Amino acid sequence: MQTSKRTVHFKIYRYDPDKDAKPYMQDISVELDSTDKKLLDAMVKLKAKDDSLSFRRSCREGVCGSDAVNINGTNALACLTDVDGLAQPIVLRPLPGLPVIRDLIVDMTQFFNQYHSVKPYLINDEPPPERERLQSPEEREELNGLYECILCACCSTACPSFWWNPDKFVGPSGLLNAYRFIADTRDQAASERLDDLEDPYRLFRCHTIMNCVAVCPKSLNPTRAINKIKEMMVSRMV
Amino acid sequence: MNVAKRTFDAVIVGAGGAGLRAALQLSEAGLKTAVLSKVFPTRSHTVAAQGGVAASLGNSTEDHWHWHMYDTVKGSDWLGDQDAIEFMCKKANEVVVELEHYGMPFDRTDNGKIYQRPFGGHSMNYGKSPVMRSCAAADRTGHAMLHALYQRNVRARTQFFVEWMALDLIRDAAGNVLGVTALELETGEVSVFHSRATIFATGGSGRIFYSSTNAFTNTGDGLGMVARAGIPLEDMEFWQFHPTGVAGAGVLITEGVRGEGGILRNAKGERFMERYAPNLKDLASRDVVSRSMVTEINAGLGCGSDKDYVLLDITHLSPEIIMKRLPGIREISIRFAGVDPIKAPIPVVPTCHYQMGGIPTNYKGQVVQPEGGDLASPVHGFYAAGECACASVHGANRLGTNSLLDLLVFGKSAGESVVADFKAGQLDLKPLPEDAADRSLARLARLESQKEGHSVNDVRLSMQRTMQKHAGVFRFKELLTEGVTRIMDVAESAKSTYINDKSKVWNTARQEALELDNMIEVAKATMISAEARKESRGAHVRDDAPDTPEHPNGRDDQNWLKHTLWFSADNRLEYKPVHLKPLSDDVEPIALAKRTY
Repeated sequence: MQTSKRTVHFKIYRYDPDKDAKPYMQDISVELDSTDKKLLDAMVKLKAKDDSLSFRRSCREGVCGSDAVNINGTNALACLTDVDGLAQPIVLRPLPGLPVIRDLIVDMTQFFNQYHSVKPYLINDEPPPERERLQSPEEREELNGLYECILCACCSTACPSFWWNPDKFVGPSGLLNAYRFIADTRDQAASERLDDLEDPYRLFRCHTIMNCVAVCPKSLNPTRAINKIKEMMVSRMV
Repeated sequence: MNVAKRTFDAVIVGAGGAGLRAALQLSEAGLKTAVLSKVFPTRSHTVAAQGGVAASLGNSTEDHWHWHMYDTVKGSDWLGDQDAIEFMCKKANEVVVELEHYGMPFDRTDNGKIYQRPFGGHSMNYGKSPVMRSCAAADRTGHAMLHALYQRNVRARTQFFVEWMALDLIRDAAGNVLGVTALELETGEVSVFHSRATIFATGGSGRIFYSSTNAFTNTGDGLGMVARAGIPLEDMEFWQFHPTGVAGAGVLITEGVRGEGGILRNAKGERFMERYAPNLKDLASRDVVSRSMVTEINAGLGCGSDKDYVLLDITHLSPEIIMKRLPGIREISIRFAGVDPIKAPIPVVPTCHYQMGGIPTNYKGQVVQPEGGDLASPVHGFYAAGECACASVHGANRLGTNSLLDLLVFGKSAGESVVADFKAGQLDLKPLPEDAADRSLARLARLESQKEGHSVNDVRLSMQRTMQKHAGVFRFKELLTEGVTRIMDVAESAKSTYINDKSKVWNTARQEALELDNMIEVAKATMISAEARKESRGAHVRDDAPDTPEHPNGRDDQNWLKHTLWFSADNRLEYKPVHLKPLSDDVEPIALAKRTY
């Protein structure tokens, strides 16, 4: 990996509703130090040069989910992307399909509405025991690959079905989270959860395109979770 | 500027672990509550905690809260308040089990209980041998916890104001706290949140240092607001440098790696911690391990071409254990160090991680300040919890896994205090003063009109470099004295920062300038408190207070067994006694002793 001083060229989607009539692509370059390895490092340097460049970021280690952007046509987290592995000029755009607020910052309301719509919390109306509810290591294992979702929206905003119906299709992230609770032996609402998803749009707009799997920065597999939900629906019908 | 007013029973600033835990208490009690957060709640920095949360559940080894309390007092180098520590350790099982009931996906033992692992400074039988006390969800405990708490708040229909940045605390002439002013990032509009009770859960400020495990958002906003409003900050000289940040990147590698059997090695391949902590070795307290590492590096035993890091070795662990218990660490190591820890050791270096000090509170989560003869008089309507608060349970050095416990216990306790005070009719809605928003509006107006001066980036960088050089792992008398002058110069230049971006919409340049104001308060508090404390204790170790028979480890209980209080207005320092008496008769005070591991 190249890590010495070098100049990197960008093409960045810019739009400030306060002053721009319409969006435009900005050509900008920045000199990076040997310590600037990730795309986010470069974006922070760019912002030092032009403080009007706007993007979200926080943990810079791929766990908070703030800095998802469209990088050379693919959704990813800027903090986990090696800047030297990218073809130049590096084209940065906001996540596709969501309304742009400013520059690389999108309005994530629809994404979070879909997450909230699956009742993303444990439902168990029995009085809780004095100590922890028991769950075998094997039962707990079922939650691996599900609970790690960071709600970055890389997957849902890479999904053509979500682009078309963000208000009606739950989307890969929301469905992965729905299955996280269906698969939890401590949750008692699996049946209601399946009822809620049995709808031409909420679940069945997934056409197994699998863009979600390709872009997930945590290597999760929403398509597999969606298929499991579909299987459960079939098996409860027969 | 037009300022909208909103009225609530309670306003919580911050939606990390402490804020969300407090919010649950209020939402479930039916109080009209607003939770303000700069970031969507699950993006708060609690999400990055890895190794676990302490509770003496005893699922794998025998354990007692008494042992946990002893370890915490000793870890704090006796600066922690023993009433608050007793309260926290006693409550641990309750709040961790609650979290499990909320749906947190803890790892499990073979008999289905919460999995627990060993952690630094936690022991059986008052320091005899390591204990399995850290309740973990792989190495993603903070992520699992934060999401479970947010999810529970979704269920409780908590009202969030997402991507709103609180600007200033509102107090009336009598000093009562009446809420905050806040900026909506999307629109740039300022609002007044008028409330009966205000809870700060604004997290840490680790970004004041150049090299930090902390998120960009950890800018000490709560501490800055408190300092500007005339309330002192407590024990700000005590900062934890985590032993294992990825060299060069600063990203955290959990102590849970050593809990699972990881070993620190120097350039000769030696397990050097055996020399510094013969008993707990690599699982000694964090301050001890960080200093040992720096001592090795200073002795020329560091690794790499610049000999400036040591190695964290888990190559002797089975790949199955690494994949199961430390999957996130493997990912981080591959991505940020370019090393697969199954095959090769990880380059690590002590990195700024946690602020032990903060807004002074008692164990109920009430903010306290000196008033008349009372050194800890509650400020009416004001509460704080989590890393921004100083209860003080961590004293001069925090034990790993006690931060997640702190935010659960004191988030809940602050929430309970508000509900109790509300029900007792003690929280009336006091009238807003005319000038409630003036301070915030003046700060914004200055940024709006300032056409030249210092760039936010430059000032922040000089602050970070000054803190790193003058208040690091080891501290030196001369560097501290010089550091005070330097940081006051930086503070002066921060008064004339300017931004080019004047847009109202999602102006992150403006946000960073406002955050810098807060970080500057924290940096001043740290440097001035550190310069003044003429002893070594916990994470604060200075060259002119060495280990002597009269003062083991350089600690001077005769003169310095006391909490620091720093006041921003005149850089004044006051001191208040440590609570050496526990809360109840269930436990004897933990007597002062020399700290060894």
